[in-house]
Amino acid sequence: MTRAPALTMSDLRKTYANGVVALKGIDLTVAQGDFFALLGRNGAGKSTVIGILCSLVNKTAGKVTVFDADIDHDFARAKSYLGVVPQEFNFSIFETPWQIVCNQAGYYGIGRAQAKRRAEKYLTQLGLWDKRNDITRALSGGMKRRLLIARALMHEPRLLILDEPTAGVDIEIRKSMWEYLTRINQSGVTIILTTHYLEEAESLCRHVAIIDRGELVENTATGELLEKLQMETYILDLAAPLAELPPDLRGRPGWRLKDSATLEVDMHKGGNVNQVFAELALRNITARGMRNKTNRLERLFLDMVNEGKA
Amino acid sequence: MNWAAMRTAYATIVRKEVTRFMRIWQQTLLPPVMTTSLYFVIFGNLIGPRIGAMEGHRYIDFIVPGLILMAVITNAYANVSSSFFSAKFQRSIEELQVSPTPNSIILLGYVSGGVVRGVLVGVIVAAVSSLFGQLSAHSYAVMASVIVLTALLFSLGGFLNGVFARTFDDISIVPNFILTPLTYLGGIFYSIKLLPEFWQGVSHINPILYMINAFRYGFLGITDIHLGVSYTLILLFTAGLFALNLKLLNDGYGIRE
Ligand SMILES: Nc1ncnc2c1ncn2[C@@H]1O[C@H](COP(=O)(O)OP(=O)(O)O)[C@@H](O)[C@H]1O
Ligand SMILES: [Mg+2]
Repeated sequence: MTRAPALTMSDLRKTYANGVVALKGIDLTVAQGDFFALLGRNGAGKSTVIGILCSLVNKTAGKVTVFDADIDHDFARAKSYLGVVPQEFNFSIFETPWQIVCNQAGYYGIGRAQAKRRAEKYLTQLGLWDKRNDITRALSGGMKRRLLIARALMHEPRLLILDEPTAGVDIEIRKSMWEYLTRINQSGVTIILTTHYLEEAESLCRHVAIIDRGELVENTATGELLEKLQMETYILDLAAPLAELPPDLRGRPGWRLKDSATLEVDMHKGGNVNQVFAELALRNITARGMRNKTNRLERLFLDMVNEGKA
Repeated sequence: MNWAAMRTAYATIVRKEVTRFMRIWQQTLLPPVMTTSLYFVIFGNLIGPRIGAMEGHRYIDFIVPGLILMAVITNAYANVSSSFFSAKFQRSIEELQVSPTPNSIILLGYVSGGVVRGVLVGVIVAAVSSLFGQLSAHSYAVMASVIVLTALLFSLGGFLNGVFARTFDDISIVPNFILTPLTYLGGIFYSIKLLPEFWQGVSHINPILYMINAFRYGFLGITDIHLGVSYTLILLFTAGLFALNLKLLNDGYGIRE
């Protein structure tokens, strides 16, 4: 049986009114039941993607479907499948958690009695039950984040989208949020979250896409991404031109002849470089020099890690 | 969304709006009572008797309908403009934007909140005014329909103001510099028949004149304007403002990038 993906985007583009090109054609598919991370530096375009999904931002071009609903033709249905946890707090500071979650249910057409039952369930699960009648202005940052999650779950969405849910949350609460989200995912809800912590993607998500300057630069299983990050590529300048690699090196994983004078070899970080020279010497190939290939992915991660510290 | 779901969404918005103005009743319900009480004391007891009769009625009786309607107008307008603007400002409007609630229901919900406050304030002010003298009633149907329609029209006006407002100042400019002068010049305190012919003509440009006269007819059975003209104008303005607001919401004006 084939199931419609939870989310597809094709050639999604956004240019803001001030001329900023935030998305340059994003293609992405998220399978039902997946736990998916959208990773990227500040300003990469993550929130823009999410804004388009939940109708806070008009797309400039492209097509988006949420399960069986195309957002251009059946936006109301698409929205009813989606729960959104925004990056910024966006509830009234004069209302109470109880009012906020009950009203949110009402906006999805859920009757008052059922709304109250769910409000009790989700406020309790997120540790906000004791605070239900306090105005939100009086809540701590971590509580406000959890309120955003409770609010997004009130209509029991099939796809939960969280925009940097753990930004600015201390490590203990972050861990408990991770556990909670894992349970929600296990109950069958597809989850997409944006983050600039690799660690978060690593511990939670099965798939990771990386967005940089409005473009998707990677889209893979988390394990493979980590594997790639463990690899290093060396560029060797050959003394004499080589038409092709000797037969026994041709099929070797990680070895590529870029042109007649340049050989590239992928190796695990910390691997033995001498091995490469030994292999070459054995076949009478001389390398005049060797350098590291700059790894775009790695540089991105370094930037993200630095941002995370800042 | 099906009808039942839309009704739930509508009821939720109205409930939220009513809760909001009730929570801050000292700012929303009390001031109109204060102001109108002062009017009644000054014009009813102190100055009114010296002015004598207006169109065959005691001066206080002549001005009561206009004073009630002024409170209705101000409160309906202020409720929706400030509520919608602050939802924009705090971005809590996104709670509705991400939901499947259609824009027409969002508009109706906000506007209904303004109507409830406008009518409630009207009733309170009428109750207060009855403490200062006997209120007469010529036609309850006219009274009720004019008060509801006026509250509706100015709630829609307040919504429009909230949509365009970018700062808190923007929601006080229109009430201070347009609404208040128009109400004062709309014949609350005098019959336009007292004005020179030229100014009578000018007064007819003022839409509030039509409402005040229709409302006064409900109390006293007198009016400077034909009732049919009043109702037609109110309904036309209401339909026009509703359509304009709905279009702005659909375009995402000021709320969608
Ligand atoms: N409302 C806006 N108007 C103009 N430019 C915007 C707006 N929102 C975001 N941008 C720009 O679009 C780019 C992507 O931003 P955003 O999607 O918020 O990135 P991220 O969530 O990954 O940090 C940035 O260059 C940002 O400055
Ligand atoms: Mg962001």
